[in-house]
Amino acid sequence: MNGKILKPQKAKATRFGTINLNVSVLSSLFAVVVGLLIGFVILLVSNPSQALAAFMAILIGPLKGGMVSIGNVLYYSMPIIMTGLSVGFAFKTGLFNIGASGQFIVGAYGAVLVGVTCTFLGPVHWLAALITAVVFGSLWAGVVGVLKAYANVNEVITSIMMNYLGMLLVNYLVVKTVYNSLKNQSLDIPPSAVIPDMGLNYLFGNSHVNGGIFIAVLAVVVMHIVLNKTTFGFEQKAVGYNREASRYAGINEKRSIVLSMMIAGALSGLGGGLLYLAGTGKCIHVVEVLAAEGFTGISVALLGLSTPIGVLLAGLFIGYITLGGFNMQLFNFAPEIIDIIKAVIIYFSAFALIFKGIINNRNAKILHQEEMLERERQAAALSTAAADSPQNAERGNSK
Amino acid sequence: MTTLVFIFQQTMFFTIPLMIVALGGMFSERSGIVNIALEGIMLIGAFCSILFISIFQTVMSGQLLLLCAIGVAGLAGIIISLFHAYASVNMKADQVISGTAINMLAPALAIYVARLLTGVQQIYFDNTFRIAKVPFLGDIPVIGPLLFQKTYITTYIGFLILIISAIVLYKTRFGLRLRACGEHPHAADSVGINVYKMRYAGVMISGFLGGIGGLIFIVPTSTCFNATVAGYGFLALAVLIFGNWKPLPIFGAALFFGLMKTVASSYSGVPFLADLGVPNVVFKMIPYLATMIILAFTSKNSQMPKAEGIPYDKGSR
Repeated sequence: MNGKILKPQKAKATRFGTINLNVSVLSSLFAVVVGLLIGFVILLVSNPSQALAAFMAILIGPLKGGMVSIGNVLYYSMPIIMTGLSVGFAFKTGLFNIGASGQFIVGAYGAVLVGVTCTFLGPVHWLAALITAVVFGSLWAGVVGVLKAYANVNEVITSIMMNYLGMLLVNYLVVKTVYNSLKNQSLDIPPSAVIPDMGLNYLFGNSHVNGGIFIAVLAVVVMHIVLNKTTFGFEQKAVGYNREASRYAGINEKRSIVLSMMIAGALSGLGGGLLYLAGTGKCIHVVEVLAAEGFTGISVALLGLSTPIGVLLAGLFIGYITLGGFNMQLFNFAPEIIDIIKAVIIYFSAFALIFKGIINNRNAKILHQEEMLERERQAAALSTAAADSPQNAERGNSK
Repeated sequence: MTTLVFIFQQTMFFTIPLMIVALGGMFSERSGIVNIALEGIMLIGAFCSILFISIFQTVMSGQLLLLCAIGVAGLAGIIISLFHAYASVNMKADQVISGTAINMLAPALAIYVARLLTGVQQIYFDNTFRIAKVPFLGDIPVIGPLLFQKTYITTYIGFLILIISAIVLYKTRFGLRLRACGEHPHAADSVGINVYKMRYAGVMISGFLGGIGGLIFIVPTSTCFNATVAGYGFLALAVLIFGNWKPLPIFGAALFFGLMKTVASSYSGVPFLADLGVPNVVFKMIPYLATMIILAFTSKNSQMPKAEGIPYDKGSR
């Protein structure tokens, strides 16, 4: 009897899992569609005659440029995939890493510092610079992790403070160590510190993309494996779900929080390294503005549902519409429309929860009704069986 | 003496907007809604009101124009904060995410609209708002030069807002209810307080004050608005935490942060500070560092509203 009732419930639980994933993907798509629609409406209001052409430039413009253009999409996606991974990983472990911006620029500084100064390293120069970026980023985020784990300080606030501290410190250090006073920015990195092309120039011609995109994709794969296939990843996620319960289960939750922040920081720092070592002439400008890549990482992570594969796709999408936004300038629209679209996407991603709630509620209702029907059927079957057996017994007795 | 007066007045230019925005944040957070959207709210408030000034400065000028602009700033702040309120209260969304969205939206929107209207993202305006000397009061020795010369009406408005905020929060029925919603919304609900309404009110007040703060930050320090409030919203958030979510300590914290900002921006003109040989960047970093250190030591017994950041759900327990 019990077995019979339990069995269908088990099946429903697995079904629920699949429903959840589908619903999440749906809610992400919903956010994207609303974001694009609002972007279109803003274009339409500002200049009706050009709006459609401009909107199409966002949507299909990057495809028209051929392989060079696609290479550039990869280039724009590369840093935000990394910051997206960073924010997404932190989300998975229950932390909101709004400090990706600071970790990104600190990592970038590490890369530029080694890139400019350590020219004696020869063929491993770029690798050393990248590793410095990773270490710098992870140490920078580690501060937030330590404060969260040992002093119970809200990581959102400290991350925001660390963003500004990182930006100010990097500006100061750039001026002190690797300063190009003519352009008010860091010095150009020598060719030995540039990440190799790894054959991508054959495929994408003159575009900005280089081997960095492989490293970003590798990071995605590694994070996917770590989160889904290792005990370490399981522990990290467990602490994210419930800190107290994890401690009860024997997980060192303080260490876990610090590590989680450090990994997130390492990913952001690597993003900074990848961008500034890409050999596109990009240098750190000494201006008091936070690195935008860190905040775009938040939209990428939210849109990608915080899973590494999702982040990869979302990063490519955001990179794609960013390039589209540049193309759209031909029609005399400011490219900030892309930032507006991104912001709207974040805003509606925040709604995902209730969107999920509504659909789950509906599904739960359907399941509930099915269950009720099932029970009624069972009850009916039982009652007929029960009704049968005494009759039989009576018959037996009468005979 | 002149140096001291100069430092004091500069400090006020930084302190007053920080304090007003932090007080706004206080109303939101005491009602239970985390408001990291302060930066975005400030920016929208500043944008709309500076735009208003640049359009109407041909017909009006002086204090009347500034007061109208303050109204515009407050209204714009309320409108943008409603998005945050709707997401956090009705949709039960993650308040930090919704705030982040508004922070991202604000500069993009300001630049986009500015370029649409004028072709460039900067908006210039004439500063006709400075009060050279308040009659009678400006002649008082010491206090006169400090408070009543070369000043802006916004300084007095700031102090007025501080006093009103303290009274509203601690001495009115509304304030008590607001605080109850931030501490224990279910208890508040059980005695008939509409938690949703109170939280909307909290966020809207933060929008009103945040918008005003944006304008008040721009007016004394610049004659050009370039779609940024230079991270002051986030600094105000630090002030709010530093001031332990209470009006008077918030004023103290804002004063401290304002002083640090002044020192960072004008230390080369002050002989005593220039001799110290401390790099400029240190003074710029002190407000953020101080907040982190304070947080590290006080977080265990922080006065943070207990229900902050948790969407209120009538059905849950």
